[in-house]
Amino acid sequence: MKANPKDVFSGTYYIDGDVACAYGAAAAGCKFLAGYPITPSTEAAEAFAKLAPQIGAMFIQMEDELGSIVAVLGASWAGKKSMTITSGPGFSLMMEGIGFGAALETPFVIINIQRGGPSTGVPTRTGQADMMQARWGSHGDYEIIALSPDSPQESFEFTIKAFNLAERYRVPVMLMSDECVGHMTEKVVIPSASEIEVEPRRFYHGPKDQYLPFKPDRDLVPPMVKAGEGYRLHLTGLVHDENGYPLLDCDIDEVNQKSTTRRLVDKIRANADKIIEIKEDSLDDAEVVVVSYGITSRVALKGIEQAREYGIKVGSLRLVTVWPFPEKRITELAHKIKGFVVPEINYGQIVFEVERCSHGKANVVLVPHGGAGVHNPDDIFEAIKQVAKNKEKYEGVVEYRTSLERLIFG
Amino acid sequence: MSTEMSKEERHPIESWLRMDRIPHIWCPGCGIGTTLTAVIAALEKIEANPDEVCVVSGIGCTGRAAGYLKFDSFHTTHGRAIPFATGIKLANPKLKVMVISGDGDLVAIGGNHFVHAARRNIDLTVICVNNFIYAMTGGQVAPTTPLTAYSTTSPYGNFEPPANIPRLAEAAGAVYVARWTALHVRRLTKSIVEAIQKPGFSVVEVISPCAQYYSRINRLGDGLDMMKFYHQNSLIKHMEPTENLDIQYQEQIIVGKFVDRERVPFTELQKEGCN
Repeated sequence: MKANPKDVFSGTYYIDGDVACAYGAAAAGCKFLAGYPITPSTEAAEAFAKLAPQIGAMFIQMEDELGSIVAVLGASWAGKKSMTITSGPGFSLMMEGIGFGAALETPFVIINIQRGGPSTGVPTRTGQADMMQARWGSHGDYEIIALSPDSPQESFEFTIKAFNLAERYRVPVMLMSDECVGHMTEKVVIPSASEIEVEPRRFYHGPKDQYLPFKPDRDLVPPMVKAGEGYRLHLTGLVHDENGYPLLDCDIDEVNQKSTTRRLVDKIRANADKIIEIKEDSLDDAEVVVVSYGITSRVALKGIEQAREYGIKVGSLRLVTVWPFPEKRITELAHKIKGFVVPEINYGQIVFEVERCSHGKANVVLVPHGGAGVHNPDDIFEAIKQVAKNKEKYEGVVEYRTSLERLIFG
Repeated sequence: MSTEMSKEERHPIESWLRMDRIPHIWCPGCGIGTTLTAVIAALEKIEANPDEVCVVSGIGCTGRAAGYLKFDSFHTTHGRAIPFATGIKLANPKLKVMVISGDGDLVAIGGNHFVHAARRNIDLTVICVNNFIYAMTGGQVAPTTPLTAYSTTSPYGNFEPPANIPRLAEAAGAVYVARWTALHVRRLTKSIVEAIQKPGFSVVEVISPCAQYYSRINRLGDGLDMMKFYHQNSLIKHMEPTENLDIQYQEQIIVGKFVDRERVPFTELQKEGCN
């Protein structure tokens, strides 16, 4: 389905990544935003608040992030495409609602403009240290989808993509942006509505008394209904069956047999190949592969260029979809190359996924960064050099000591 | 269960309940069932279209209400019934959205949402069943436990001053506030009717016996003894200033309608704000 022209503000803009997210949400058909102000994400909520009356959407600034995310769930079940926008500390508070949303198979989008952490951290500066929290932050078993943009243009495009995936798989989708991308002002081209694909919500149309809110009919995903249309649905965060009823007095076998929890995981894992998007460059004859995402993939370009000038065959694998993780592709590459270089603005998160999937067949070097800024590309270049000449045996994840770290910690 | 029951054998409110989930989990002597009956009686009285009623509950004994009522019903996470209901109401203002939950859920863990939904005057009907204790988890001290009362986590008697729910609701901006006990079924029903019909944030507190935890640990007898206590110690005082509504351990409980005022609901203000 094409986007509704009323929701698309076509044109060429000079805006930051946060504002681009708001335009992306509008174009995707988002009609409800509940949020709580937090640096560095506020510009996105401000922009959406301004657009809301023009696109027939509702914006509410809630009392906290706990309430924001749950209001988003309520609105989604009342039939609106919904989202919230936050950053680190707010993201932590939203974990409860993320698990609840995943359990209820509620489509919604969370935009996380990451900042330095832990705790209050570095509110006005960048970080990429929420990546594992995005994947595992709420208790219990569930899967989510996470995307990572590297520019305002991608912030616009990936927000639409996030809504499309949320609706298709009835799952929380996270746009894991960061302060750099969020506050970076660049040219953003918003195409015409006819060029934007929008996934409509898949509604159930059968007999009302036969509707089962958690019975899948396609790709392990069930169709939805809206509250207030006579389906008399019941939803609970308790482990439940296809009907949405809690499995309270059942024995273990019955709980496992009837529970939807297994499917929460399977619907993403089984469809991973369809969901995953990666951007590859010069991987065919690469000896070293730089795995990166978000702002770091732009910084890495310079290091990769330096390495190529130096004569190293280096390729790049950029994670557009960070979760689910492109396990197969990493394993495939691990068998062919000397090693991976993983720069990220944290002390090691995605690097451990790369290591897990390389099954000991390739060296894995982390180029860490403590946050509040981005890498010096020279460090990425040096790490590439280190991997290229390293012929020693596999040692698990090796940390490259960056110039900044050497300066601070000696 | 295959034998057909005659009309006389059926419970009169069966059509409003998810009979496939009965029997319910509530203990003998509990006041939540009475409260639900009053809610259904109120909806019947105003001839509500059940397809347009949404019930949202949180966690706890009262939180299970959503599981038995045959409307679109949502059993949310602890404390989050009001923001979930807010999301539904704002996304579809035509729906009648009711929040039925306990004192711990609404006033402790969900206290911030309670205050701000009242301040915004979101058009919700909040039924707060107050049993003075966290019963689902086994009888711990609650924000409403009267001073000196025992609970499993106030083993020497509670020394925390309890919340006065009607006063909190009024101060935060609720347009309609009433309190009854589970004994006052007809008056409670009438208040729920008024609360549903009142545009804006309305709160009805229902003092309810917890015969298994609160009354047992405090040696107050069974559910019937609690009802007798309400009968002897409830004092109806409509429009009593809410500052006088603190509840002392085993002392008089003032019940009635305390607040009934006009404030423009959120969605109306928002429409004006947009123009």
